[in-house]
Order: sequence, then C-alpha cells, then structure tokens
Amino acid sequence: MARLSPVLDRTPVLATLLLLPAAVLVGGLLAFPLTLGVLLGFKDATIGDPGSFIGLENYRYLITDPVLRLTALNTGLYTLVTLVFKLALGLALALLLNQRFAGYRFWRSVLLLPYVVPTVLSAFAWWWIFDPQFSFISWALVKAGLLHHNLDFLGTPWLARGSLMVANVWRGIPFFTVGYLAGLQAIPKELHEAAQIDGASAGQIFWQITWVLLLPLTTILTIFSAIFTFTDFQLVWTITRGGPANATHLFVTLAYQRAIAGGAMGEGAAIAGFTLPFLAVLAWAALDALRRQP
Amino acid sequence: MKRIWTLWLPLGAFALFLLFPFYWMVLTSIKPNEELISVTANPFWVSRPTLAHLQYLLFSTSYPRWFWNTMAVASAATALSVSVSFLAAFALARLRFRGAEGVSLGIYLAYLIPPAILFIPLAEVMLKLGWFDHLWALVPVYSTFLVPFSTWLLVGYLKSIPMELEEAAMVDGASRLRILFQIILPLSAPGLISAFIFSFTLSWNEYLYALVFMSAPGNKTVPVGLATELVRGDIYQWGPLMAGALLGSLPVAVLYFFFVEHYVAGMSGALKG
Repeated sequence: MARLSPVLDRTPVLATLLLLPAAVLVGGLLAFPLTLGVLLGFKDATIGDPGSFIGLENYRYLITDPVLRLTALNTGLYTLVTLVFKLALGLALALLLNQRFAGYRFWRSVLLLPYVVPTVLSAFAWWWIFDPQFSFISWALVKAGLLHHNLDFLGTPWLARGSLMVANVWRGIPFFTVGYLAGLQAIPKELHEAAQIDGASAGQIFWQITWVLLLPLTTILTIFSAIFTFTDFQLVWTITRGGPANATHLFVTLAYQRAIAGGAMGEGAAIAGFTLPFLAVLAWAALDALRRQP
Repeated sequence: MKRIWTLWLPLGAFALFLLFPFYWMVLTSIKPNEELISVTANPFWVSRPTLAHLQYLLFSTSYPRWFWNTMAVASAATALSVSVSFLAAFALARLRFRGAEGVSLGIYLAYLIPPAILFIPLAEVMLKLGWFDHLWALVPVYSTFLVPFSTWLLVGYLKSIPMELEEAAMVDGASRLRILFQIILPLSAPGLISAFIFSFTLSWNEYLYALVFMSAPGNKTVPVGLATELVRGDIYQWGPLMAGALLGSLPVAVLYFFFVEHYVAGMSGALKG
C-alpha cells in the first residue's frame, strides 16, 4: 500500500481506475448494444439467424406499412396529449401542495404513490377498471341512466387510446408535481409579496411571475417526460398489447411484437430505430436546457 | 372557509383520481368470485371479504419465488450499481483530469437512453454470452440504467461538499483514497441513501428486460410472473392478480414512506445539471 499510494495519487491514474467499473458495465451492456441495434436495423436478422446487410430495406418496407404509420400517429398523439395533461395537472397539484397546510407532508407522500409503485402492477388495476363486462365506470353510467349497455373500453380504438392516456396521466402527474414543488419553493416569497402590494391579481401573479420563473424547469420536465412517454412499453403492453387491431401500438410495443414475439429481429430493431432521431433531438434539447439552468 | 374551494375540494378531487386504483386493488383482492362476477352487486363494496385469492397466490402459484427473485435481483443490482456509481461520481466531481467533460456527457446521454430501444440488440448480446434465462444476469443488465442515473445523482451531491475539506486533508498528507473513504464517503450518506432507494425502486419495477430475458417460471420477477403466468383471460384471474399487484407494490411503498424526503430529493436532484 505504501508503495502503491503515490501511483494512485496521480489524478489521471486514479480517475481511470475509479471510472473503469462504470465504463465496463455501461460500455459493454449499453453503448455496444446500442451500436449493435443500429446495425441490426439494416439487416434481415431473425432469432437464431444473424442475417446479412440489406441496406435500408427494413426502413423502406416499414414506411409503407400501414401498421407502422398508425403506430407513428399513435405514439405522437399519446405523447402530446398526455404531456399536456400531466403538465397542467402536475403543476396544479404542486400549487395546491405548496400552500403549506396541516398534514402537508402526509398528502404529498400519499399523492406521489402512483409514481412509486411498479407500473405493470398498477396497469393491472387499470386493465381491470376498463374491463368490458365489469367496469365500474360502465356500471355507474348505466345505473345513472346515461348508458344502456356497457362500454367496450379496450375493444374500441378511440376508447382504448383514451383509456391508456388516462392511465399514463395518472402515473405521470407526480413526476411533474415533485419537480414543480422544488421549483416553487425556490421562488423568493418577496416577489409575490411585492406584486400583491402593487395590487396584482392572483392570475397576474401566476402568469407573470410564477409561470415565467418556472419556464426553464417546465422545459426540462417536459423533455424528460416526453422521452419516457415516447418510448413507453409497460402500460400499453399490459393493458391492450397494442390492440384492438393495432390501434394502440407505440413504437416499442410494435418493435417487441415483431422482434421478440415474431422473431424478426432486424425489422424490430428498425422500428426502434425510428425513435432514435426524436430521442437525439430531445437529448440535445435537455442538455441545452440543463446548461442554461441557473 | 375560503380554503374549502382553493385547497380541500381540488385536493380531494386529486386524491380521488390518484388513489382510486389502489382502493380498487385492495377491494378486488378481498372480494369473493361470486361478488366479482355479480352484475347486480354494488361494485364499490364487498359484503363477504375473503382471503382466498391471497391464499391461492401464496400457496398455489410460484408467487413467493418471484417475490424473492425480485428482492434478490433488486438488492444485488442496487448494491453493485451504487458502489460503482459512487467511485465514478467521485472521479467526476472531485478530480480534475482531461476528458472529465466527455465522460460526464457520456453518462448523461446513457441516462437518457431508454431500455425500450436497447432490448432487441441486448437480447443478442445475452444469447452470445449465454446469459439467457439466468436470474443473476439481470444484475449487470439493470446496472445499465442504474449506473448512469446514480452517477448523475451522486455527482450533483458530491459537488455540494466543500473542496476545502479535501484540501486540508491533503495538506495533512492523506492519500486520495483515504480521503475518498474516510472523508467523502461518510459525508455522502444522504446522497447515497437517495441513490439506494431510487435504484432499488427502479429495479423492483423493471419489466421489459426481465420479460425478454427470463423464461423459466422459476426465474421470473413479480411483474413478469404475474403478467405471464397469472393472466388467463377470464374473470377469475382478477382476485389473485390484484392480490399479487398489491403485495408486489408493498416493498417499494414501505421503503418510500420511510424515506419520502430522500425520494423527493432524488427525484428533483436528477433534473439538475
């Protein structure tokens, strides 16, 4: 140890050694497969057959595939619609909790639960809530005389899309709430007090002070949420498996279906490859936003 | 009085929406099948609660096995990832060396790459390595998303520890490694707890990799086991399924309630540059 010590005190040597385990894990099981995946998208590989390079053939075929087009539309819609609701409701809940009242800690802890429990397990509950025969929503609507028959939530394309969006919003609200709570607590109280003295209304204070000061945070939260919503798998695969008739497929569920269930590894990798340009743009935007953060 | 409108009513609406699925899980897991299939009974209540679903889950399925599988994988992956991340974070936050910027950028990008676009090529890698259907293989696999996340979190935390502490120790002749383990490590406890809790929760909740890479019923984790072995597509699946979902959520929920502050700090810390 005595002789080793001076060597280890040389910064480059020590830094390399400390970074090595992380580099091996992340390089071997993340960077390498990522490269492999991009290459795989240009091959006609199936499970058990490495395949050969076929250039852009997978992509050329996929852009004419009506299922992929529908998937692209679904993914975009799913991401955009849920983002708007998650942001608005997440911020609203953060503003409520930020009022600091008796039991604040209790309420905050309890209301963050949807984000904490395993997604697949809460997805089972949603699946059951949207059951075609035994949904309590249908039961209540029929009981109230608003409906004559049960709604087939997951068997009708638009109802199925809406149902999945509700489940996704449910799970994602707390993410925005936690982010915004931290942001709200960082806003100096004096700003609001000064505006109040000047006679500003609650709406003016919110839009001209709170919202403006939260904007950088909003950008970051939105980008992070977009990345994870855009590549969602668990909720959709658990609740609808992309059905009815491919109406709710997202890129990742379709990639899973074709590559793992169907064995077309190359095609599946190409479907996942469609998400890469969007992810790259979002990652760059996130980086930019983080660097601008005060 | 004003608070009813500005606080309690909207808060109640949020609570109803956000907590209802949990109520539904609990209710279904103790509802006998006769009541579940009844179209006349009030669906929001249970008249004869039963433990039959739980009993079925625990004694007639491999659920206990899946539970311990998940526990073992999540604990091992967390221990491995947080240790590896702590070393990396120390290098990135406290040492000045060429290439530090590049490595930080790499870690950040790795953090943003979702497992959803990696599982297909990773399946090939797992096949080549002969790691398919080996439970322990999930430990290094989970580190691919845990290490970038924890390193990111810990770099932020380590940067907040004053440099003077280290400089003083170096003047006294302490080696870098001694500083790392005797000064920085104890001071990092709150950051490490956040990293531990988050990593454990992320591993416990993981689905896609376990679904693709594990196939023997004895190698499954809770989410995968429930989704592949207990879903039968009929009405009788719901009792055991909800009991399993409830029981499977408990470890992370308990951990969360004990360390809410660390959890929240971790969640907001992960958003910082």
